[in-house]
Amino acid sequence: MLSRTADHVYWLGRYAERAENFARTLDVQYRLSLLPHEAQSDGVGWQRTLATLGFSNEYAERHDTLEPHHVIDFLAFDRGNPSSILNCLRMARENARAVRGTISSEMWETFNSTWLEARANAPSRFSARNVAEFVDWVKYRAHLARGVVLGSMLRDEGYHFMQIGTFLERADGVVRLLLTRLACEPASTDGGPVAHDYYPWSVLLRALSAFEIFRRVSRDSVTPAHVLAFTIFRPDVPRSVYRSTSLVYENLQAVRNTQSAETERRAGRLHASLRFGTLDSVPPDSVEQFLNGVLATTADLSERIGRDFLGHSPAG
Amino acid sequence: MDRPEPPYDEMYAPDGRVRPHYSAYSDWLVRQPDDALRQKRVEADSLFHRVGITFAVYGEQEGNERLIPFDIVPRVLSAEEWRALAAGLRQRVRALNAFIGDIYHEQDILRAAVIAPEQIYCNPQYRPEMQDMDVPGGIYAHIAGIDVVRAGPGEFYVLEDNLRVPSGVSYMLEDRKMMMRLFPELFALNRVAPVEHYPDRLFGNLASVAPDGVADPVVVVLTPGANNSAYFEHAFLAQQMGVELVEGQDLFVREGFVYMRTTRGPQRVDVIYRRIDDDFLDPLVFRPDSVLGVPGLMSAYRAGRVTLANAIGTGIADDKSIYPHVPDMIRFYLGEEPLLANVPTKVLRRPDDLAYTLAHLDELVVKEVHGSGGYGMLVGPAASTAEREDFRLRILAAPEKYIAQPTLSLSTCPTFVEQGVAPRHIDLRPFVLSGREIDIVPGGLTRVALRAGSLVVNSSQGGGTKDTWVLED
Repeated sequence: MLSRTADHVYWLGRYAERAENFARTLDVQYRLSLLPHEAQSDGVGWQRTLATLGFSNEYAERHDTLEPHHVIDFLAFDRGNPSSILNCLRMARENARAVRGTISSEMWETFNSTWLEARANAPSRFSARNVAEFVDWVKYRAHLARGVVLGSMLRDEGYHFMQIGTFLERADGVVRLLLTRLACEPASTDGGPVAHDYYPWSVLLRALSAFEIFRRVSRDSVTPAHVLAFTIFRPDVPRSVYRSTSLVYENLQAVRNTQSAETERRAGRLHASLRFGTLDSVPPDSVEQFLNGVLATTADLSERIGRDFLGHSPAG
Repeated sequence: MDRPEPPYDEMYAPDGRVRPHYSAYSDWLVRQPDDALRQKRVEADSLFHRVGITFAVYGEQEGNERLIPFDIVPRVLSAEEWRALAAGLRQRVRALNAFIGDIYHEQDILRAAVIAPEQIYCNPQYRPEMQDMDVPGGIYAHIAGIDVVRAGPGEFYVLEDNLRVPSGVSYMLEDRKMMMRLFPELFALNRVAPVEHYPDRLFGNLASVAPDGVADPVVVVLTPGANNSAYFEHAFLAQQMGVELVEGQDLFVREGFVYMRTTRGPQRVDVIYRRIDDDFLDPLVFRPDSVLGVPGLMSAYRAGRVTLANAIGTGIADDKSIYPHVPDMIRFYLGEEPLLANVPTKVLRRPDDLAYTLAHLDELVVKEVHGSGGYGMLVGPAASTAEREDFRLRILAAPEKYIAQPTLSLSTCPTFVEQGVAPRHIDLRPFVLSGREIDIVPGGLTRVALRAGSLVVNSSQGGGTKDTWVLED
């Protein structure tokens, strides 16, 4: 497969997943901001959200005060923010367009119509006032896109590169979501159930489409430690960090080339650390450090994949 | 304006009766309420947007993609009309390929004084780099788009030969798909010859002209990129043929061979269906500032390591100054009489043609020899006095840059416009594939001038397209 094509497909996967991750992140924070006891500390939640996503400076350049509707607007709709959900949808569409000859027509049409609909509806129907509706719509379109990829895309290198992009981005997004939550209220991994932990951590589970799964497979109560263990280490939870990195590793093996051995080894090491790790093996005050380590590894992998497979170096 | 005869109408005979090959369609059409048709047109627009069948408009930012208007009334040709037309097209393209081969080899036609040498050597479309180089099968114009119009009492004329990078075939295919989706019942009522196999034939044709000794050739489509106005077509054809769509930066030349950069290292490329003009193909030989091309491509091409389709230098045969000589080429190379007529053309480098043209500017269409896309032309009857005077000065300054033709009253075809169904002028671009043999899918792309009375069908000037039906016997 052409390196340039692989590059576009990889970024198609990343941007599509990023739009969904941001929608889920927005969903969590928006729901939490509706809580009475959160109302006075509302600013803090939005501030932490911006910080873990790495947008504090960009936001400050555009807005003087931390108004919730400004943050929502900035994250979801701002055309000047290259990573706003709207721009992620546009970038997914642009990358799909660049390889529309390689991906299936149904895939292209899905990403194209998602963008056309977003553009047609923002800001009239989709706006900071209707953020819940927008989040639902983004998630729905993401489900649709996933379905069309599963149902129509040839299982060749292009598919693997798209999966790599998708799951690297997902691991990154879920870790950031957990870090935001931890920054808001540091977890006491040894404590028993605390009433006021319940709501924020169950919201987080819901945003990851994992609340019902948690209830079904676990007898544990909703505590920070249980939710962390569940969303980081479970192999069978679709959006868990372990599952995401494991899929990155698996798809990397499928596209292996003569220069990718070291990248594969590093992906394997991350995979193994989550496969055989437990929350108990992470000191209670080091959870954030552990998660930041995962972030550093995904960033490193992204750079190495670009060099090993997607680069435009003269040797091809 | 004095117009003794109304133009030929594709659907209705002069006595108002429906022509036989249109009868099934006409019976159906009269039963359709305008509202239903209008609804179908809206549906077509939204489908084209979703599928992204758009052309890019330069200089605009977001949303810089527009639709080419699609008309829901098809243009229908009878089997008999098509047979005659196709025979004429084959003959013409055979002669054009023979001419290009001759020009880049022995130049018999110049020695026989059928064409003057300065018309070749002073023409920027002549590529000395191609002189004495052999190409596989002696084929230069693998894909030709021949613009045909119907005028007077219904005779076909060739208006223009497009032998460089003719475009529009994706619209032919998508228009058919759209018609079948919007009006499936019509295809039960009419035996319409299929066109869907074009990409298959194109691939076979390209593979057949691979360099000698290559058993399973790697074919690619070379595009200038996603900002090019025809990008949709490039991507579409690559996808339909199942080959890679590459940009210049994806290719490189090493030790005389062309490779593409892949995730598993370099891969040999044997045939390049290039949708980039000659000038931009190789910065080492042509325009040095081109970033679209591949340095060293020309040397690999000359060494026979890669096939380009179309070949470099085909522009020498589709130039408007050469066009008047095509009937002579057919006689010279094939020893046959032309089956398809040329539009009678005044060549203004000839003094008597120049004098005649200047005396009849209000009746003629004057075209720049190197212009295209409907730019740089004067439509005498439609122009103002000032415009005609302006053109007169331009002609006098450089008569050799112009040709003149009578204002053809192009045939009309019923078309669904704001006011309902009304006649609009049309042309036709069939696509002729030349490989080891010549192949034409029935029909082509019908373009329609949507403004009442307008004769300009180019999409850059407000033209639209129609599905083109060739009925089977």
